[in-house]
Amino acid sequence: MLISSLGQGLLWAPLAIGVFITFRILDIPDLTTEGSFPFGAAIAVSLMLKGQSAITAAVVGFLAGCLAGLVTGILDTKFRIPSLLAGILTMTGLYSINMHIMGKSNVPLLDQKVLTEYLPAGWNLEIQTIILGLIVTVIVVTLLYLMFKTRLGLSLMATGNNKEMSSANGINTDGMIIFGYMISNGFIALSGALIAQSNGYADIGMGIGTIVIGLASVLVGEIFLRGHNILTRLIAMVVGAIVYRLLLTVAMGLGFPPDDLKILSAIILVIVICVPIIQNRIRTKRQLKKYLAQMEEQDDESITSEASTKGLLSRD
Amino acid sequence: MMKVLQVKHLQKVFFPGTDNERHILKNINLQVEEGDFISVIGNNGAGKSTLLNTIAGTLQADAGEIDLVDHDVSKKSVAYRSRFMSRVFQDPKMGTAGDLTVMQNLILAQDHQHTVNLKWYQKKNDIPQYQELLKTLNMGLENFLDTQVKYLSGGQRQALSLLMATLSKPKLLLLDEHTAALDPKTSHEVMKITDDMVQKKHLTTMMITHKMSDALKYGNRLVMVQDGQIKLDVRGVQKNNLDKEQLLAAFE
Repeated sequence: MLISSLGQGLLWAPLAIGVFITFRILDIPDLTTEGSFPFGAAIAVSLMLKGQSAITAAVVGFLAGCLAGLVTGILDTKFRIPSLLAGILTMTGLYSINMHIMGKSNVPLLDQKVLTEYLPAGWNLEIQTIILGLIVTVIVVTLLYLMFKTRLGLSLMATGNNKEMSSANGINTDGMIIFGYMISNGFIALSGALIAQSNGYADIGMGIGTIVIGLASVLVGEIFLRGHNILTRLIAMVVGAIVYRLLLTVAMGLGFPPDDLKILSAIILVIVICVPIIQNRIRTKRQLKKYLAQMEEQDDESITSEASTKGLLSRD
Repeated sequence: MMKVLQVKHLQKVFFPGTDNERHILKNINLQVEEGDFISVIGNNGAGKSTLLNTIAGTLQADAGEIDLVDHDVSKKSVAYRSRFMSRVFQDPKMGTAGDLTVMQNLILAQDHQHTVNLKWYQKKNDIPQYQELLKTLNMGLENFLDTQVKYLSGGQRQALSLLMATLSKPKLLLLDEHTAALDPKTSHEVMKITDDMVQKKHLTTMMITHKMSDALKYGNRLVMVQDGQIKLDVRGVQKNNLDKEQLLAAFE
């Protein structure tokens, strides 16, 4: 169980990283995710059925996601459509495009060679999945880590943090936002391509709920690994994706039917959003109590009582 | 003397064609010469901030021309104009990126032109140079290179913004009531640092202020904006002879 969630989690990690780029770096909740994930899957499966290799299919899937991000980015920055709506528009449009690419709502792979089959045949499927997931994750995390060390990456982070300041320092903020949307959706579509290969089919409905999965992975990851170092944050996303898969597997093991997984995802997201807030509130309250108790010890008793009666009587 | 900035027949109208139509800038003409340190004063709503925003490019001019270092930039973006100018905002949070470190902010501010490339932005050898720069602020910031800017105080953030604004060697420095959000003591300190920097680096500066005393004390030129027009523009000896009463009288 642990082994299979590890492998699956690693395949979902690019999705978490993609959502992290828009949600955390650019501070935009991007709903394009729900369209770009099946877009990557549809492109990859169609290409493979047409005789392309699994590697080409995955790379083109990534590029297709970039294209979807480009559309949302232009709608957001150039047409000034609010980012939430821009994402919904692209996502809705992609539904039709995905149907056209696939021709029907579910397209299975036949005997095409998938990525895991490039690995030694002696290993069992779960190990193959883990190794494939690790290779992809290491490539994605390394590329992004290096990118964030360049001036381009710094400009991207600055744009997400303070747009006015960034443009006042010469950064083309519209360009940076579009770039962010593009790589984000590229990785999300890559995840879609990997999952389609792992499942053995592409399905028109496989995008439903992916934004919730992505956000939950981001937040779970941040609960486990904190820090403002970019490498830590990227690794936290991978951890988040794995832990999230594990949570789902546990739920399935408890006997939840697959149809209930979506509501379960939503509930998990609500919990991981609320837990840090409540934790924080309790911690602050405890610290405050401790601090005030210390102050009281230091103060003269008569002064405190005088102050409190005054506080009771005053009407301001 | 070289003209750093020429504003010609500048017009700005907000909400044209509606009941709320407001003509904020009415045919403004202004020439800023190299080395000028101009204090800009005026009532609330007189158009000072609109003028500064239109020069910086955050607002587009409705008519007229803005020439920066001898070429028309009135249709250019904020990012393009920032190659020639820097800006310090009123809100200390606006001028810096809070989630980034002090060092990252300084690096961002240093080069307004090559903002997208694949070179490492941070080099170990540059650390002493940034520490030296921060020491000039006298706020102990040299020990906080790797601290996220959001943990600094308002005064420290504003001093940092000011330092950042000078790093790209701008032809024009815009200060938009940059001490207004600070307490009196910090405001005084930041104003002193401002004056030091402007003098030392010979920066051509436009400073909006609400403090009459600062407007009189600092700079070689004083411009008063009233009802969308420039009502008073004095420099040199004429400015030095001005006192608070005369200035207040001019406001009427």
